[in-house]
This record gives sequence, C-alpha cells and structure tokens, in this order.
Amino acid sequence: MREAVALLIDGIIYSSWLFIIALGLTLIYGVMKILNMAHGSLYALGAYMAATLVGYWLGHGHAPLASYGMLALAAVIVGVVAGPLIERGLLRFMYGRDEIVLLLVTYALFLILEDVVKLVWGVDAYYVSEPYGLLGNFEFAGLIYPVYNVVLIGVSAVAGVALASVLRYTHHGKLLSAVIHDREISLAMGINVARFYLVTFTIGTMLAAIGGALTAPTVSVVPGMGVQVIVLAFAVVVVGGLGSLPGAALGALIVGLVRSAAVHYLPQVELFSIYAVMALVLIFRPKGLFAAAEVRKI
Amino acid sequence: MRRADSTLVALVAALFVLLVLGLLLPKWLFLLTLSLGKGLVVLGLMLLLRTGLVSFGQGLFYCLGAYAVGSLGQFLGIKDALLLLLTGVAIGSLVAFLLGFLMARYRDIFFAMLSLAFSMILYGLLVKTAALGSTDGFNVAPPGLLGRPIGGEAHQYALFALACMLAFLAALVMHVYFETPLGRLSPAIRDNEIRVEYMGASVRHAIHVKYVIAGALAGLGGALTAMTVGHIDPDLAYWTTSGEFVFVTILSGTGSVIAPFLGSLVFEVIRTYAYQYSPNTWQLVVGSALLIMIVFLPSGLWSVFAYLRRRSSS
Amino acid sequence: MTPILDAQGLCKKFGAVTAAWGISISVEPDTVVGLIGTNGAGKTTFVNMVTGYLKPDTGVINFKGRDVTALHPRQITRLGICRSFQIPQLYDSLTVLENVVVALSIVLRNSKRSRWARTPKVVPGHGTPLMAAAEKMLDGFGLRQYRSSRAGVLPEGVRKLLDIAMALAVKPEMLILDEPTSGVSSDEKFGIMDTVMSAVRSEGVTVLFVEHDMEIVSRYSKRVIAFYEGKVLADGAPAHVLGDPDVRKYVVGGQVAAHAASKENPRA
Repeated sequence: MREAVALLIDGIIYSSWLFIIALGLTLIYGVMKILNMAHGSLYALGAYMAATLVGYWLGHGHAPLASYGMLALAAVIVGVVAGPLIERGLLRFMYGRDEIVLLLVTYALFLILEDVVKLVWGVDAYYVSEPYGLLGNFEFAGLIYPVYNVVLIGVSAVAGVALASVLRYTHHGKLLSAVIHDREISLAMGINVARFYLVTFTIGTMLAAIGGALTAPTVSVVPGMGVQVIVLAFAVVVVGGLGSLPGAALGALIVGLVRSAAVHYLPQVELFSIYAVMALVLIFRPKGLFAAAEVRKI
Repeated sequence: MRRADSTLVALVAALFVLLVLGLLLPKWLFLLTLSLGKGLVVLGLMLLLRTGLVSFGQGLFYCLGAYAVGSLGQFLGIKDALLLLLTGVAIGSLVAFLLGFLMARYRDIFFAMLSLAFSMILYGLLVKTAALGSTDGFNVAPPGLLGRPIGGEAHQYALFALACMLAFLAALVMHVYFETPLGRLSPAIRDNEIRVEYMGASVRHAIHVKYVIAGALAGLGGALTAMTVGHIDPDLAYWTTSGEFVFVTILSGTGSVIAPFLGSLVFEVIRTYAYQYSPNTWQLVVGSALLIMIVFLPSGLWSVFAYLRRRSSS
Repeated sequence: MTPILDAQGLCKKFGAVTAAWGISISVEPDTVVGLIGTNGAGKTTFVNMVTGYLKPDTGVINFKGRDVTALHPRQITRLGICRSFQIPQLYDSLTVLENVVVALSIVLRNSKRSRWARTPKVVPGHGTPLMAAAEKMLDGFGLRQYRSSRAGVLPEGVRKLLDIAMALAVKPEMLILDEPTSGVSSDEKFGIMDTVMSAVRSEGVTVLFVEHDMEIVSRYSKRVIAFYEGKVLADGAPAHVLGDPDVRKYVVGGQVAAHAASKENPRA
C-alpha cells in the first residue's frame, strides 16, 4: 500500500514538473505553430539566472525565505528579456515559412544558446540548494517529502489554471483563440497578431524559465541541463495533442505516473517507458489525445 | 542523359582523387575515412530531405550499426570487415522497416520529433545496459578483410580505401535510384501528396521504402565509423548527434550525390580546428551558420557550385 | 448498354449540412456530361465520392460493374477514373516536363505485373519510352513552350491544362474535370476545352465536367445534370435542362439559360 502511495506522490511531483515544462511548449505551438527546440535552453537560462540571483541574494545576507522571490524574478527576467529578443529579433522574419524550417531555426537557436550559457556562466556547476531545504519536510502516509515539492505542484497548478482562465474568460484570451484558429483571418479582422505572437512567446519563455528556476535548487546547474528537456516536453505534449492545454495536463499526468511506476519497479526502463507511452498513444490516436479537427484540402 | 553522365564521371574522378589523396596525406586518413562514414548517413538524410522529410533520429540507425560491429567483435569474435558492414546495413534496414510502419504516417514536425524520440529510446536503453559499458561504451578492435588486418594505426589506408569504395557504390546506387519511378516520386511527394495519390501511387509505401534506405545507409555509416574510431558509446544515439547530421545535410543541399560527402568533410575539418581553438563556441558557430544558410542559402552550399557552373557555362 | 458509372442513393452529411440526399446517377460510356449547380449544391461532393476522396454515408457506386464505394483514390485511379482539380494540384517546384515525367513514371510503375518485376521500358497506353511519351504529351496539350518553366510560376490557364494533362497520363476510361475553366480568362476557356476534348474524345473516354459557365456547358456536353441542395434537379439534353424553369430559377438565372439553350450543340 505504502509503495502505491509513494509511487502516486512521486508521480504527481514529476507530473507537475513535466506540466510546467510542457505548458510553454504547447502554448507556443498552439498559437504560433512553432515547435521551439530551444525550449530546453530557455529552461536552462532560467535555472542559471535563478542560481545567480539566489546566490547573490543569500550571499548578501538577505532573508532566506525571500529567495523564492528571486526564483520568480529569475523567470520573469529571462522571459521578458529573452522572449522579445528572440521573437522580434529572429522568429518574426521566418513567419509564413514551412513549419519544418521554423523547427530548424529553433534548433539553430538551441545550439547558439547552449554556448551563450557557457560563455556567460562558464562551464562549472552552480549549487543553490538553500531554497530546496528551506521549508523543511512534511510527513504524508508515513513518507517524508520536502515541502518544496508542494511549492512545485502549487506553481504548476496555478500556472495551468491561470492560463486556461485567461484563454476562456478574458477578452484578450478570446482574441487569442481566434489567432490560434486562423492567423490570416484574424489579421484581416484587425487583430494585432504580431503583438499576440510577442506576448505568447514571452509567456512561453517565462514558463520554460520558471521550470528551470524551480529545478535549480534541486540539481547542480550545469551546461547541457536543458538538452534532455525538449525530448521530455515533446513526449508530454504529443501525448496530449500539440497545442492543447488540457492535453498537456493529461499528458504530463500519464507520462509522470508511468515513469514513476518504472522508477519504482524497473529503473532500467525509466526513459524507455516515457517514449513507449508516447508511441502507444500515437498508434491509436495519431495526433494525440486531444487533437484539433482537420480542414478539407481540395 | 548528359546530366547522368556528368555525375558518373564526377564520381569516378572523385574516387580516383580520394585514393591518391589518401596516399599523399596519410595524416588526413582518419578524418577522410570518418567523413566518408558520416557522409553515408547524410546521403540517406538527403534522400529523406528530397522527399520533404527531416529526420532528427538517424542517430538511431547509426548507433545500431556501430554497436552491431562492436558487439559482434566483442562477444562473438567476428572481425571480418565485410561481414560487419553487412550486419550494420541489415540491422539499420530491419529497424527502419519496423519503425517505418509508424513513421510513414507522419510528416513535418511530427516526423522529425518522433524520429528524435526513437533515437532517444535507444540512448536510454544503452545507458542503462551495463553489459555494453553504459555511458562509457567500449572499444572496437580493428577488423580484418579476407584475413588481412585493416584499420587501426598500422593499416589506415586499407580501411580508407574500403570506405572510398563504399561511398562510391552508395552514391552510384542513389544516383541511379533517383531516375527510377520511386526515386522520382521524392520531390513530387514533397510538393503535393494528394496529386501523387490521385495518380495511383501510395505515398506511405514510398516513404516507407525511403526510410528503410536511409536507415540502411545510416547503419552502414555507423558500422564504418565504429571501425574507424575504434570506440563506441551511447552518445551516437543522442539527439544532438542526429542534429549534426541534419546540419550537414542542409549544408550539402539536395543537388548531388557527391554533396553529402563533401559537406561532411567540410564539417569535420572545421569542427576539428574550431574545437581546438575554442570549444565553447563550436555550437554557436554551427547554430549561426545554420541560421545564415536557412536565410540566404536554402539549397545548401551545393547551390553555390551549381550557380557558379551555370555562370561559367552561359 | 451497361452504364460505365452507376451511383445509387448516395447520401453524405457534414455535421448539420447535407451535401447529398440520395443522389442516383447513371452514365453511359463514351459521352460527355456537364454537372451544374450553385456553390454548395453537391457537385464537388459527388465528384469527391466517385473518386474516393470521400466515402458516402449510404449508397453504392459502381464503375464498370464493380463496386468502388469504399476504395481509396489510388485504387480508383488504377481502375480507370481520373480527375482534375478545381485548384490545380501540381508539383510546383518541378518543371512542366518533370511534372509530366513523374506522372508517366507512376503509370510505368503501376503497370508492373509484380512487385519485383522489372519496370517496363514502354509506357502503357502511350507506346513510347518515358521521355518520348512525356514530350508527346506536352505537344498534345500545347505545353511545349513551357516545358522548362517551374509549374509554380505558370499562368492559371496553363496550370489548368497541365493538371488535366497529368490526369490523362493514366489513359483513364473516365475523366472527371472539376471546374476546368474557373479562374481562367474568357478567351482561354474555349482553348482549354477544345484541347482537352480533342485529346480525349478520339479515344472514347467518358467525360464528366463540373462547370459554372453555361456557355461551356451547352457547347461541350451531350447531357447535363443540374444539382440543387444535394439533389438532382434535372437531367437530360442541354437545351432541355438549361431551359427548365426550376433550373433557371435555382441554378442558372433566366437570361443566360435562354441564351445558352438557343445555341446549337456542335459536339453532339
């Protein structure tokens, strides 16, 4: 019984992490039809920025609890700086081209950012574990977990609900739905599509950075930490359906639980299990669980 | 007909030049052989690119070919180069055949990312397999050919000559293939699948076949690389390895069967020197070069040659 | 005479929209049929069902006595029905010659008796090897001057011709043209139809064409079928159908119908 509970909780924690990572990716794809291969690099940027800010904050003897604010600040900085820079400075010139060309552009971006990180922060590892242990541990069903994980779950839930609410209930959210549906018609109707793209990409970047910032206290921040992320995020997003927010949530949950089961019972197949789930879903639902309808071509 | 002849002539000339070059510049043998092996992978990718597909997962077959060579040598003591190469082709083809049933249903981003995912599956499996050395991998002893040793420090030229023959044959086969009905379907599929179907041809079947060819070539390339480098590890299947192949394919363009090998050589040469000079900016260079190519040279470097040739003949 | 095409009771709904309400049409071989109707009347849906792009919800389609209702477009093409498209479906980055060569090489490949047999040298139905057959086709459709131009940069009328030419590469027994003269300037329209009809009629190919231009319809068709809201409104000789008051009211418009109905039909 305890095994099952442990598996469930580990699964939910991992799912929350996956969800935050996948959310930005699916949002950007849904609106701009771009699969951002540099998503992992933005995640890494968030982690590095968090490491720097937290290190600075604590190094100057400020209140440890406020280091959480530093994590948030790191995500915001990365989002607000890198987002517009990339979207306005690069992607904007590629709109209208094949989606595979855009994929290659983001791949080039990934390569560039990987080295930018090395040039700015060097190749040594950064450790900022203080925020992780700060809130202590709590006990649940006889198992001990750091409270930090609750923070992770909380942030993930809030991000998901907030984004879904904005899309559904606000004026801008509805306009965004129009842009998602058909860019050209939205343009013809006078919607400022360029601005929506900019905002969407910035938010997507911020979400990636939040994922990185929240992860920074739990690992050693090293070059290459973002390389794995794109593969995981894609698997989650594909299971749920590219561009679907509830799909990302469901995908994260499924993948997270399956991976947790693998880790507990057969650790060798951890990575394999994630992609096996993806492949299985695709065999039965080629476009993912929540796929959009297709338009007639001739 | 004249165009076909010119490529054939170019191929024979290139083979001759390479063999002579290898004799004159022994220090370059390793780099040249490596480029030829990787060029085979790129040749397969070029076929896929012509069909409008980008595979970010050729590393899967590349790694399988390499590990096949390593495993056969390590566990079964098989050293014959031809047998090893054949196994590389076989395993690449087989896995591509099986995966093709799923892959041929997809295009664009899905195809790219699915192929990426499958190569990462292999990576994940290899990393956790202690018997194959986990993340460290293991060494591959130099093979033999018809009883005589080739490869390794002492017999580099022999392996190089074998690689030249392989590359020549592969390029020739592909060149002929492009003139066959299935081969001609590639750019048609890329441009308009509906039309192809309405003409009575199966797009899915055609893509399946091309995926198997690309897998076979990548497996062959991996086998050759394993024999050249003498060491294999799971990184061969990591998606960034596949990404490199994609970069070289775009660099080379889809204009000629010689281009993949040339592009591969250019890439390896630049990589060697760039890495020595500044290892932390290598990816920056590649990424920037890729961006420049996408914006200014969508047909790859080969289009520059083609342009110059047209200019000089007009 | 057994009909070459026999569609019975075709029904097709797209959500709340009914595109076909029990359409039953029988076509004799070696004739030319014009399909008319306003947009959304069901003409293109009918064509899409016959060519396998859509499956009817109910109903049967027989071609030469064989049930083709559930077949894939690929299979239907191989059985002998070819179509052209409202928006020409070409290989835009290839030249006109290459477009035709691709079409013919598919024909070559399909004619192989088994998967492992050698590809024949002579293109079936054309009597010459691949390149010669391609050049011949270009000549037959007046496309020789465009042979080295990329399909993507051609004027619309030429694109339409190429689209139809490629459909004919297969040497079908039935050719379906979807709005062959739409988007084409008035002076080119007759040119296209004349070229196509002369290439086709000498071989006894049955032609169905969807058209909005009533002059074209009355000039080239031996029989006209008028669609309206998913049903067949009228079916018969051009003068009769185009003069039918219902057809005039729902499909054609009074003056045009009167004008077209009074013209002779030289292609009968």
